[in-house]
Amino acid sequence: MRTIVIEPEYEAWRAAARRLLAQGMAPEEVLWTDDPQEASLFVRETPAAAVQEADAIKVPAAFMDLARSVATHTDARRWGMLYRVLWRLTRGAERHLLSMATDPDVRQLQDWSKAIGRDIHKMHAFVRFRLVGVDTTTGREQFVAWFEPEHRIVRLATPFFEKRFAGMDWSILTPYECAHWDGNRLHFTAGVSRSSAPDEDALDDLWRTYYRNIFNPARVKISAMQSEMPKKYWKNLPEASLIAGLIAESTGRVQGMLETEERAAKPAPNNTYLKSLHAMNQTEAAAQNHESDPA
Amino acid sequence: MMDITRKLEILADAAKYDASCASSGAARKDSRGSNGVGSTGGAGICHSYTPDGRCVSLLKVLMTNACLYDCHYCINRRSSNVTRARFTPDEVVQLTLDFYKRNYIEGLFLSSGIIRSADHTMELVIEVARKLREVHQFRGYIHLKTIPEASQALIALAGRYADRISINVELPSQQSLNTLAPEKNLARTESAMGHIRGKIDERYAEKRKPDAPKPPPFATGQSTQMLVGADASTDAVILGCADKLYTAHRLRRVYYSAFSPIPEPSAILPLKAPPLIREHRLYQADWLLRFYDFKVEEIASANAPNLDLALDPKLSWALRNRATFPVDVNKAPRELLLRIPGLGVRNVERIVRARRYTGLRLADLIRLRLQMKKLLPFITAVDHHPAKLGLDSDSLRARFLPPPEQLEINFDAPPTPAMSDFLSVRSGEL
Repeated sequence: MRTIVIEPEYEAWRAAARRLLAQGMAPEEVLWTDDPQEASLFVRETPAAAVQEADAIKVPAAFMDLARSVATHTDARRWGMLYRVLWRLTRGAERHLLSMATDPDVRQLQDWSKAIGRDIHKMHAFVRFRLVGVDTTTGREQFVAWFEPEHRIVRLATPFFEKRFAGMDWSILTPYECAHWDGNRLHFTAGVSRSSAPDEDALDDLWRTYYRNIFNPARVKISAMQSEMPKKYWKNLPEASLIAGLIAESTGRVQGMLETEERAAKPAPNNTYLKSLHAMNQTEAAAQNHESDPA
Repeated sequence: MMDITRKLEILADAAKYDASCASSGAARKDSRGSNGVGSTGGAGICHSYTPDGRCVSLLKVLMTNACLYDCHYCINRRSSNVTRARFTPDEVVQLTLDFYKRNYIEGLFLSSGIIRSADHTMELVIEVARKLREVHQFRGYIHLKTIPEASQALIALAGRYADRISINVELPSQQSLNTLAPEKNLARTESAMGHIRGKIDERYAEKRKPDAPKPPPFATGQSTQMLVGADASTDAVILGCADKLYTAHRLRRVYYSAFSPIPEPSAILPLKAPPLIREHRLYQADWLLRFYDFKVEEIASANAPNLDLALDPKLSWALRNRATFPVDVNKAPRELLLRIPGLGVRNVERIVRARRYTGLRLADLIRLRLQMKKLLPFITAVDHHPAKLGLDSDSLRARFLPPPEQLEINFDAPPTPAMSDFLSVRSGEL
C-alpha cells in the first residue's frame, strides 16, 4: 500500500497519477489523502524515475477536463476515484469509458463535476462587488467582494471576472483563497475571514429599489426562487433582506389590484403619428377584407 | 423634479410584464484590453431571483412609461392613471454601469412607452446603447425593444449596438389586437421581423466566407412575447403563431406571459387571470417544437385546441399515441427516444452513446436518474418488458394525474416536466 498526499490541487494529483500509472500501480494499491497528518501514519511515497514512460500515456482530453473540475471538489474520495477511472481508461483498456454515463464510477465523477459547475455558476452570479475607493495614481475604481463557495473553485471561477471586469481593480475574498485583479495580473493569496470585506455599498439601496419593483406580486412562486437561489446565499446578497416582506405583502397588493375600479378607455390625443397609424391600420384592414372577398 | 430612486421605482415596475430575461446567445466579447467592463458569449447568468420565481439577469426598465398607445392589458396604456416618469439617457447609462460593476446584473434590457412617434422613441432608446458602447466601452449584454413602425435605418442602428432585439407580437391574431391593442398590427410586426431576420442572416452569411469583408455588426438574435389569457385565443392558435415566427423569421425565443392582474385594470379585460400552469404548459410545448421535432398539430389540434393542464404535453401525446409504445431503449432511433415521456434531450444522447457498448438495463437507467415511474410503461430494456395490457389500460392516464390535494402545491412548483431541461425556461436559453 502506498499513500499519496495531495496538496489539494489538480497538478499535484496529475503528476502523482502519471508516476503511479507508469509504475503499473493498481488503484486498489493506492490510498489518496488531502490530509498530511493522516498521511504521516503511512509510509510516504518516494518519487520513482519512470516519468518517461508516463509521458507516452494517452488520455482522452475529456478526462483531463473532468479531472481538473473534480479536483476542486471537497469530497475526499475524489483522488482515488479519478485514479481508478484513469486506470480503467488506460491500463484497463476501456477507452470508451467516458461514453458510459451509466457506469457508476463515471456517474460519480460527472456528479461531482456538475456540482463544481453549479458552484462556479453561482459564484459568477452571486458575488457582489463593493466600491472601496479609487486608485489615486491610475484613477481605477477598486472593488472588493466576499463569497463563500462550497468547493475550492476560486482559480476555476475567476478568469471569468478578469474578462468581465478588466477595467476595474477588484478582489474576491473567500475563506480559503482570495483572487485579485489589478488590470495586468490575476493573482491569488490565502483565505481571510468575513470581516476583511466591506458589508455594504452605497448603491445597494438603489439595487433593492429595483429588486422590489421588478417583482410581480401577482405570481408568487417561492419554491422556484429558492431552488435557484438557495437560502445559504442570502446572507451575502443585499437584496435578500427584502424577500420576506415582499412575500408577506403580495396577497394584499393583488387584492388591491382586483378591487381597483376598472378604468374606461381615454380618447386618442391629437397626435400626428397616432393618426397616421390609425389610418394605416384602416387601409390594411380594408385591403385584407378585399383579399378574402370571394367575389 | 423626480429623483433617480423614484424614477427607478416607476420605470422598473412598468417593465416587469415583459418576461424576456435571456442574456445568452450573444457574440463572444469581453473587456480585456479596455478601460470598460462587460463580457458576453457564455451561458446566461441569473444574478438574482425575486419571489415570483423569475430571474434577474438584466436591468429591465423603460425609458419612459408615458405612452400614446392604448393596449388594454398594459399598465402603461394612455388610459391608465399611473404616475409617469422619464429617464434621461445618461441616467440609464449610469444605472447600468453602476449595477454592472457591482455584479448585480449582466446587462440592460431597454424598452419604452411610445412618445411623439416611433422614430423619436427609438432614437431615445438607441442613444442609451450608443453611449454605453461608444463612450464607456461597455461590452455587456444589451437587449433593445424595437418598434415595428420605426424606420429601417433606426432598427439597423439598434441592431448595431444590441446583442438581442425584439418586437412583441403580444397577441396571436389581428382580430385580438383590434380589440385589445388598436394601435398594433400583426402584418407590420411580421414585416419588421422579416427585415431583422435579413440583417441577422447577413451577419452570419458573410462570416462564413474567409476573405469576405467583416459583416456589419448586428444583434445575434431576435425574440418576441405573447400574452396568454387576455384574449380567447386557444393554445393551438398561440403555438401556431409561435411556430410560424420560429420558421419564417428564425426567432431565438418566443416568451409566453400569462396575463396577470395589473393596477389600473381596463374595463374590457378579463378580471380573472389564467392559471400560471397554462403558461408553463405552453413553454413545455414550445420546447417540444424546437428540440423534440414535434409538430403543432401533434400537441394541440383543431379537435383538442388546448393543452391538458394536468399533464405535460409530451406525456399527453404519448397517452394519445399508445400504439407507438413501448419503445426499446437499446434499439430505437434517436427521434423515437425523444418521444418517450420522462426522457430529455441530454439523456437521449447518454443512452445512444452508452448502448453502443452495453445492453441497457433498468439499473443503468436508474443511475441516469431518470423519472422511472413515468418512463417504465413506455419502454423496454434488457430486463424490462412491460405488459402490453398496462399500456392499453385506460387507467394509465389516471396514474399520472397528480392527486387532487397536490394540485394547489403544484401550482407553485408545477410537476417536474418530462425534461429537466425545462428548468432553463426561466433562466433563458439552453
